Amino acid sequence: MMRYAYFPGCSLHSTAADYDRSARAVCGRLGIELAEIPDWNCCGASSAHMTDERLALALPARNLAAAEKEGLDVVAPCAACFNRLKITWHEVRHGEAAKLLADLGIEYTGRSGVKSLLEVIARDYGAEKLAGQVVRSLEGLKVACYYGCLLVRPQEIMDFDDVENPTVMDGLMEALGAEPVPWSHKTECCGASLALSRSDLVASLVGRILAAAKEAGADALVTACPLCQANLDMRQREAARAAGEDFNLPVYYFTDLVGLALGLGPAELDLGKKMVDAVGPLRARELA
Amino acid sequence: MKRIGVFVCHCGSNIAGTVDIERVVEAARAMPNVVYVEDNKYTCSEPGQEAIKQAIKEHNLNRVVVAACSPRMHETTFRRAVAGAGLNPYLLEIANIREHCSWVHPDKEGGTPKAIDLVRRAVIKVAGNVPLDRGRIPVTKRALVIGGGIAGIQAALDIADAGHEVVLLEREPSIGGRMAQLDKTFPTLDCSACILTPKMVEAANHPNITLMTYCEVEKVDGFIGNFSVTLRKKARYVDMDTCTGCGICWGKCPGKASSEFEVGLAKRTAIYVPFPQAVPNKPVIDRENCFFFKTGRCKICQRFCPTGAIDFEQEDELVTEEFGAIVVATGFDIMDKDVYGEYGYGQYPDVITSLEFERLVNASGPTEGKVKRPSDGKIPQRVVFIQCVGSRDENKGVPYCSRICCMYTAKHAILVHEKIPGAQTYIFYIDVRAGGKNYEEFYKRAQSEHEAQYIRGRVAKIYPKGDSLVVVGEDTLLGEKVEIEADLVVLATAVLARQDAGEVARTLGISYDGYGFFTEAHAKLAPVETNTAGIFLAGMCQGPKDIPDTVAQASGAAAKVAALLSKEVLETEPLVAQCDEVKCSGCFWCKPICPYKAIEEKEIEERVGRRTVKRKVASVNTGVCKGCGACTVACRTGAMNLLGYTNDQLLSEVEALCL
Repeated sequence: MMRYAYFPGCSLHSTAADYDRSARAVCGRLGIELAEIPDWNCCGASSAHMTDERLALALPARNLAAAEKEGLDVVAPCAACFNRLKITWHEVRHGEAAKLLADLGIEYTGRSGVKSLLEVIARDYGAEKLAGQVVRSLEGLKVACYYGCLLVRPQEIMDFDDVENPTVMDGLMEALGAEPVPWSHKTECCGASLALSRSDLVASLVGRILAAAKEAGADALVTACPLCQANLDMRQREAARAAGEDFNLPVYYFTDLVGLALGLGPAELDLGKKMVDAVGPLRARELA
Repeated sequence: MKRIGVFVCHCGSNIAGTVDIERVVEAARAMPNVVYVEDNKYTCSEPGQEAIKQAIKEHNLNRVVVAACSPRMHETTFRRAVAGAGLNPYLLEIANIREHCSWVHPDKEGGTPKAIDLVRRAVIKVAGNVPLDRGRIPVTKRALVIGGGIAGIQAALDIADAGHEVVLLEREPSIGGRMAQLDKTFPTLDCSACILTPKMVEAANHPNITLMTYCEVEKVDGFIGNFSVTLRKKARYVDMDTCTGCGICWGKCPGKASSEFEVGLAKRTAIYVPFPQAVPNKPVIDRENCFFFKTGRCKICQRFCPTGAIDFEQEDELVTEEFGAIVVATGFDIMDKDVYGEYGYGQYPDVITSLEFERLVNASGPTEGKVKRPSDGKIPQRVVFIQCVGSRDENKGVPYCSRICCMYTAKHAILVHEKIPGAQTYIFYIDVRAGGKNYEEFYKRAQSEHEAQYIRGRVAKIYPKGDSLVVVGEDTLLGEKVEIEADLVVLATAVLARQDAGEVARTLGISYDGYGFFTEAHAKLAPVETNTAGIFLAGMCQGPKDIPDTVAQASGAAAKVAALLSKEVLETEPLVAQCDEVKCSGCFWCKPICPYKAIEEKEIEERVGRRTVKRKVASVNTGVCKGCGACTVACRTGAMNLLGYTNDQLLSEVEALCL
């Protein structure tokens, strides 16, 4: 039995509740136990580390300390949470942060590590083992795996995958029978942090990513981050208007496709919440 | 009776400025065994040296201390002076009162007592010195050159022209190396093959050169003047004596493999010569791709060979040969392009390396010199060159500059412009380094006459759009992002040391740096020697360099070899380790520590009571030992001593300084 301390982060309890459902459903099916960290708090993404260094470390550290008490590694489905938690872990392990945190009354040694949900499923559980569990192959579905900028950068801290051409999600999709297309915009920024302040910029950034995916022949995009998903999905109409072309690309969480291949249905994975119709194309392929 | 003379040098004001010479002289007079003290404005001058000789004779001195500059400067000078007066040159000791004293002290208050201490140290040490004699070893008048590229060929030719026998060794089926793969050469644009092949032929025909291709070094024993090298002659499956190189066999062979010479851009047969001007122009069979070796059937080559030269029974053969000197010229590798996933090499066929471009633009290459892009054979109109792919990149590549890319990229831009009317070239660069003779002019010509557009900045990524490629980068001079649509992208990938350089270095007993390049004995003053006497370096194996520098270094190495081989015997430095066999317990801790592989195991007989027992002790090969002293530190019983710097002497120096 694999057991992790689960850090859903604010998104998965609000705007990305569907990711939370999908993640829990898949982990349940795979026998990965997610023990939600009791009394967890926001990781501070974007706002904290732009205002105060101590706050940037203290917010994630409080959650990590709680997991360490239980002796569990932390898993974060959100790329931004993962990024903040991993940086904090790194600063404790390789920097001076432990002392700074101790002064604030947070005891965290870095014994408990941090993983992204993608890592847990693709590596810890293993794509190969997962391939053996597939009951509904996603054969014929061409997907563009979109990693975004936070999952892999900065490379020396995240230590996740090749920083320019990551492939772990591609491998996972292959294991499900889907066909990951080689494409160029895997780690381009979607503009998430400007989502509210400069939505015009976001539309153009999202437009480029969608255009590249379409150019590569993808039927859909797959993400491992609630903000990437939201941007690519919600802004698609705006982006289409700016780019002057219609994309109509459904944007899935990677857990959605893992779940489908494991035999879970659209309702269990909460697929109905997407802006661009995510269920219809699957029905058309008899995948749902 | 020890009679020591001390000579204190002023070195103009270099020493006298911060050391009170008079006080040093006074103090020296009172030191044990000192019978004569003298100071001199410049001891290293003719009169200064003469004064030493005079004093040795007049005062019957049998030990000399010179208090002057670092022994690295003038130890040899003074040894010669002492020897001129009939003393053994190793009965001299230098007290370094300049670099270690006067130069680092601001005034005489600090400098003078320090100088006195240093003189006392030398006086105490020299009392323990014993006369040492140089050893003499014979020289095998034959050289081995490892690597048959331009560096090896040049070195072999120069040594052979000096009248010495040379074996030129090459692991590929033909000599020629990287230079044979190149099209034109900067900055003169003469054809690489046209200037190289005459040298290849000359090397093959030279009466003093024995060509050994398809051979590798297996083992190296011995030392300067007396190397014993085991060579592996790889099975060619073709008898070199009967084969005439007629070419029928490779015309008939059904086996196909990717051509190494064409960097994978073309196929070759399983029995093959790497390229048309190969020397020797006789084929080898590549076992991996030969139908007969794979399936047991075929032998078409054997059936058609008019002279019966094909021999499937051949096996690798080991031969041991003797050499007096070795030149290492093993060349370089090119960085694996896969490191840069964002450039899509391997994914996009129209992203190629510079070496591939050399073949594309070469008349004997796969496209017969027409620049056609690999994907669809179209003539590219927009060509983007990216420099420093791997070079000067501490994150993904190597921190050093590969030195040749700026110039060959300028050359490529010129060639594109000459061969494809109306074509536009773009070159992404960090800095343009055009430091050689006529290089800057060449680069300017690429810009002015051939309209190459230089963009200062790195490329972030390349992605396909339709049937062209979009190159996304930054123009750091404009501070703007640039996107260029291109038909062909050429990556100037970094020069790396050969992948197996470490292994080669260990076989030869030479040192190599963190990148795998072989280390020269001195960065400035001994650029072709290694730290192992008798082994020299030429070409890229020592570090990135262009053809002119490679040829110059090869000739330099050859001159060193010729000088060495012109001697009948070599004198060896007597400051080597010596093993006291009585004390040696035979633990051989010294053996792995010795960086020069100078320590051997020797069996001795000893009488213990009435019995005679045999036991093993360490024995130092004085021809190989460099006198580093590592073994003396490792030795647990104190059996190892460095002559001229014995443990007792070192201890007495410490006492002189500290007690």
